[in-house]
Amino acid sequence: MLSGGVHPLMADRYIEPDTPELRARWGGFAFKPEWDAKAKAAIARYPEGRQKSAVMALLDFAQRQVGEDTGTQGWLPIPVMEYVAAYLDMPVIRVVEVATFYTMYNLVPVGKFHVQVCGTTPCWLRGSDEIMERCKARGMAKGHTTDDGLWTLTEVECMGNCASAPMVQINDGNYEDLTGERFDAVLDALARGETPKEGTQDPDRHTVEPVGGPTTLTAMVGENHDYRGEW
Amino acid sequence: MLADKDRIFTNVYGYQPWNLSAAQKRGDWDNTKDILAKGQDAIIEEIKASGLRGRGGAGFPTGLKWSFMPKESPDGRPSFLVINADESEPGSCKDREIIRHDPHKLIEGALVAGFAMRARAAYIYIRGEYIREAEVLFAAVQEAYDAGLVGKNAAGSGYDFDVFVHRGAGAYICGEETAMIESLEGKKGQPRLKPPFPAGAGLYGCPTTVNNVESIAVAPTIMRRGAAWFSSFGRENNKGTKLFQISGHVNKPCVVEEAMSIPFGEMIERHCGGIRGGKDNLLAVIPGGSSVPLVPAAEIWDAPMDFDGLKAVGSGLGTAAVIVMDKSTDIVKAISRISYFYKHESCGQCTPCREGTGWMWRVMERLRTGEAAVEEIDMLFQVTKQVEGHTICALGDAAAWPIQGLIKHFRPELERRIAAAGNMAEAAE
Repeated sequence: MLSGGVHPLMADRYIEPDTPELRARWGGFAFKPEWDAKAKAAIARYPEGRQKSAVMALLDFAQRQVGEDTGTQGWLPIPVMEYVAAYLDMPVIRVVEVATFYTMYNLVPVGKFHVQVCGTTPCWLRGSDEIMERCKARGMAKGHTTDDGLWTLTEVECMGNCASAPMVQINDGNYEDLTGERFDAVLDALARGETPKEGTQDPDRHTVEPVGGPTTLTAMVGENHDYRGEW
Repeated sequence: MLADKDRIFTNVYGYQPWNLSAAQKRGDWDNTKDILAKGQDAIIEEIKASGLRGRGGAGFPTGLKWSFMPKESPDGRPSFLVINADESEPGSCKDREIIRHDPHKLIEGALVAGFAMRARAAYIYIRGEYIREAEVLFAAVQEAYDAGLVGKNAAGSGYDFDVFVHRGAGAYICGEETAMIESLEGKKGQPRLKPPFPAGAGLYGCPTTVNNVESIAVAPTIMRRGAAWFSSFGRENNKGTKLFQISGHVNKPCVVEEAMSIPFGEMIERHCGGIRGGKDNLLAVIPGGSSVPLVPAAEIWDAPMDFDGLKAVGSGLGTAAVIVMDKSTDIVKAISRISYFYKHESCGQCTPCREGTGWMWRVMERLRTGEAAVEEIDMLFQVTKQVEGHTICALGDAAAWPIQGLIKHFRPELERRIAAAGNMAEAAE
C-alpha cells in the first residue's frame, strides 16, 4: 500500500493493483439487466453523441453492482472501469481520471458499512471528535476496514447537514444530531442487521427546525396549510 | 418578523409530503402557463425589479444574469440552464431542504427561468452525497413529466423544456460554475479559464447560465406575488427573503427563512434559542459559509444579515451559512480545519492553490500548537495574499480569506500560543 506519512490524507488514494487475480475476479464484469436499464436511461439524459456525460452515473451503478456482488458498499476494480469506458466509447484513462478525482468512488474494497464521519468545522464544533473516538473504540481506523469486514472508516468533508450536526453517512443513509450514545445505538443496530431510522437521532426533532418545535410555519406541523388565502 | 404567509418555502421542515399533489395544494404549479404567457422579457424584468441577487454566494443580480443569454441562436446551438445543487460550502445546508421537502418549487422555477432565458433544458447538478435528496428529486421530476408540467408543451405553454438530474460524486470544486460544466460533460471538475463566459460558451459549447437552487426556486413565487412584494423585505440592494442556516454553538441550530437584513442577534435569539451559555459567551461568527472571514462577537451582534451589512464588518453573506463559535472554541483549530478542507478540495490545476492550500494548512497547524515563530504569522498572511487572486477560480481566495480573518482578529491569541510553547520548551531545557 502506497499510503504513509503521519496524516491519512485523501491524496493517498491509490488504485488497487492490476493483478491476474483481479482480472480473474472482475474481468467478466457486465451490467446486470436492472443496472443496464439504468445506464441506458442515464445516457438518454444527454444529447446525442454526449454519452460520456453519463460516466459519473455509470461508475456509480457499477460500484453499486460490485457492492451487491460483494456484500459491501462496492468499489471500482480496473476491469470494471474498462467496462464502463467501452460502454461509453471513452478512452480508459478518461474514466480512470474521473474515478480517481471524485471521492465517492471507492478505488479499493470497502467493508459492509462505509462509516463516513464528517469532521469539518460545523460538525467539529458540535462534537465530531467524540464520534471519531467511538469509531476507534470499535477498532476502526481511518482508511481501513475492520478484520471482520463490517466497517470501513473515512473522515469526510462537509456533507451539508450542518444544522443537524454532528453527522455520519453510512452507505446511503445519513444519521444526524449524534451524540456518542446515539451513534453507538446506530452502529449496534446495523451490526445486528437492523435498519435504524435515518435522519436526526434527536427524539425531539423532526428535521432541521429548532429542536423542540419550529419558531415559524407552525400551521404546517398539523396540516398541509395553504397560505395563499392570507396573501 | 417575517410573517408565515410571506415565507416562500412553507414546507422547509418536511412536516408535509413533498409530492406533486401536496405541493399543488400549497400553491406550486398553479397556472404556470400564465406566468410564461407574460413573455421572456417581462419575466426577466420582473426578476430584475424584485432585486433578487444570486443565493449561491456571489450575490450577482439574477435577472441581469438571465438577460446575458442570447435571444436568438443564429448557428442553431441550444441554450442550457444549469442549476447548482452541489451544496458543499461548509455550513451550507439550505438547498438540501428545498430539494427533499419542496422539490416542485425548484422544478417549476427551472421551467420559469429556463423559459425566460430561452433554454432548451435544465440540468440540476446535485452533489453526490445527497443520496436520499436525489431520490426525491428524480421522483419529483418524473411526477412533473407525468403531469405534463415539463417536457413537450410544458404546462400547456407551447414551450418544450426538459429537466434532467445529474448526480455528482464528491468534489466541492464542482460548485464552481465552469467546473460544474466540465463535470456535466463527463470530465474531472477542473474550472475553465474565463472568457469565454458560460453565457457565450458553456455546456457542450452552448450558451449556459448557472444558478443556485434557491435563486431558481424563489422565481415562481416572485412572479406570482410581484417584484414589489419581494423587494418589500430587506434593505436597498439587499432585497427579499432568505434561507439562513445556523450551525455551531447556538442552543438550537436550524434552517429558517427570514427577511434579508435581519440583525444577527435578533435572528439568534428568535430562532436559535440564543448563544450557548448566553450572549456574553459568544466568541466569533463565520456568517456566510467557511470561505468568508470570521467576525468577532462585538461586531456581529447588531450587524444586518445581508450582503452590505456583512461586508461592512469585513466579511460577507455568502450562502447565509452562519457558523457560531462560543468561548470554548479553539479558534485556531476551527480555522485550521477549514484550511484542511480547502487543501482537501483543491482540484490541483493551479499551482498557487494546489501547493498553497497544503502549505497554509501546515503552517496553521504550527500556529495551533504554538510551535511556530512569531514571524511566521506575517509570512502566512503574505502567502495568503499570493494565493488570493492568482488562481483560475475562487477556491484559492476562499482558502485565503478565513486565515486572513483569523490573523486580523486573533493575532494576540496566535502570539500567546507561540510564547506559551516557547516557555514550555525553555522550562524543559
